[in-house]
Amino acid sequence: MWDYTDKVKDHFLNPRNVGEIEHPDGIGEVGSLACGDALRLTFKLDEKKRIQDVKFKTFGCASAIASSSALTEIVKGMTLDVAEKVSNQDIANYLGGLPEEKMHCSVMGREALESAIANYRGQKVTKEDFEIVCKCFGVTDREIIKAIRENDLKTVEQVTYYTKAGGGCAHCHPKIEVLIEQVRKEMEKEKPLAKPERKKLTNIQKVKLIEETLGREIAPALKADGGDIDLIDIEGNKVYVALRGKCSFCHSSEVTLKQYVETKLREFVSEDIEVEEARP
Amino acid sequence: MRTVYVDNNATTRVAPEVLEAMMPYFSDYYGNPSSMHFFGGQVAKQVNEAREKVADLLGAEPSEIVFTSCGTESDNAAILGTLDSYPEKRHLITTRVEHPAVGNVSTYLSRKGYHVTELSVDREGRLDLDELRESFSDQTALVSTMYANNETGVIFPIEKIGEIVKEKGIPFHTDAVQTVGKIPINLKKSTIDMLSLSGHKLHSPKGIGVLYIRKGTKFSPFLIGGHQEKGRRGGTENVPYIIGLGKACELAKNHLEDENTRVKALRDYLEQKILEKIPNTLVNGDPVHRLPNTVSVSFEYVEGESILLLLSDLGICASSGSACTSGSLEPSHVLRAMGVPFTAAHGSIRFSLSIYNTKEEMDYIIGHLPPIIQRLRDISPFWYDYLKSQGKKSS
Repeated sequence: MWDYTDKVKDHFLNPRNVGEIEHPDGIGEVGSLACGDALRLTFKLDEKKRIQDVKFKTFGCASAIASSSALTEIVKGMTLDVAEKVSNQDIANYLGGLPEEKMHCSVMGREALESAIANYRGQKVTKEDFEIVCKCFGVTDREIIKAIRENDLKTVEQVTYYTKAGGGCAHCHPKIEVLIEQVRKEMEKEKPLAKPERKKLTNIQKVKLIEETLGREIAPALKADGGDIDLIDIEGNKVYVALRGKCSFCHSSEVTLKQYVETKLREFVSEDIEVEEARP
Repeated sequence: MRTVYVDNNATTRVAPEVLEAMMPYFSDYYGNPSSMHFFGGQVAKQVNEAREKVADLLGAEPSEIVFTSCGTESDNAAILGTLDSYPEKRHLITTRVEHPAVGNVSTYLSRKGYHVTELSVDREGRLDLDELRESFSDQTALVSTMYANNETGVIFPIEKIGEIVKEKGIPFHTDAVQTVGKIPINLKKSTIDMLSLSGHKLHSPKGIGVLYIRKGTKFSPFLIGGHQEKGRRGGTENVPYIIGLGKACELAKNHLEDENTRVKALRDYLEQKILEKIPNTLVNGDPVHRLPNTVSVSFEYVEGESILLLLSDLGICASSGSACTSGSLEPSHVLRAMGVPFTAAHGSIRFSLSIYNTKEEMDYIIGHLPPIIQRLRDISPFWYDYLKSQGKKSS
């Protein structure tokens, strides 16, 4: 029997947001009957372009259903720019972790979201644009590379756990090995020089922490002066915000951003955060 | 929470009579059957009586019974022990639907340079005997096919297979782990040379098995050691478990009729009600040549692990041939070999009954299964598509 967390069991037994939105703004479909799991995600945006409603239908095991349910809970209320940063680790963390063999369920969630957002934006991501590495499960090099990067994968077995690639006839194992070596070399080069770091945050944890800090530590002070602040986007360590109310015409807004907002975010979230004003 | 145990092809409850028979051999009669003194001698006598009971269930001679540690050991010993006896022959014939205790030995042998023929099965899980006839070569050392399939319960025409094999003068082994105790076997009038069984599938504990080796069959020991089991399997006898298996075989002989009437009727009732109450459901495997206790059903457009966990939540213990339950990514090799379509292969559930099951338990399952399948279908995108294609409205 799998060692599922209580959160996984809860989201499997009481899945949130099951269904299909009629006339959705975006729809994403991944997986197939043959592969043993599939997910159809639909969402609708509100006038502020935030995800107002999101629903899923999933064919698959308990962890696939729980991952889909978790995904919908995570992205509700997010703008698409924020939602597209949700990683499979965020989904797994939300559930208190998944057995490693089942991590592909969280990846399926992330892929469905990506595909739904692309659908909304009118982009078409087709498998034909990439090389299919695993023919048994139709997994492309792009998907494998992304999984290696996001999850710091080291072995073919892990790649199989996360993407299913290599889980059938095993003929693609040498190709996967080459991909792992390539990607890990690139990752090694990109590594910044060692510096003291606090607990590594996942994207979603970071987004949440920034939101919380803005709401709890920063906005009240600005409101007291008749202003306000909105989070617009987050790109790596760059946080784009818009100052509202009185703050938007204030001459010292630049100073407010750098000395007040940035300092607070560095204190509560991460030392390398940079705050920029979002240009309309 | 109540427990409704319908996973008896995985393992069975130890019969209370078996446990009772075993207990004194842990505490009072701990002698070594090989010892010269009376204290060991009395144990040796009981071990031989147990051997007679096993032989009696199989219609074999007591001297043809070799006690092992499990079904897997019996299978390994039969295959590797035979190949060792015919070192010049490098070909093995088996099937695509074997238990891993045989299937993975084949894979291992292929890597070692042996030639292995795996016979295919049809949509109902049946062998094509003409394919067997065409598979022999002068290199063939052994034919090993299971007696009945653990997942579907499909019974192979074992005597017909044996006749074909015997015409060629080649030894014939069968993995009968799922068969012994469920249908009558008489090895006196059989073409079987070697047969594997496992104690825990017939209400004795885990950790005891038997390899039947017909008198005159060439065999090299797999476990090399002392003179035990007439030199065919080294290692001090696992006395309490041997006594337990003897008792279990005695009980099994008495229960064979119950197994093939009452248990079979319960299985048929369960199967019929499931098919009646749940649409888009099919039974896997030959419905006629099938163990009386087993049914494998596939529910289209849903996945097996999810079904099992929802059943488990209600205390119902079954198993599945779906990919996700095993940690592998593909559905069971048995269902794939049979060509069960993917719409159904991932949603297969096996119910396997025993003499301890009751009609009330079947009704409990029948009452709870339809809403479980409906609930998962309501979440499944394929069910929705299917209904749309049928012009029906999703519920």
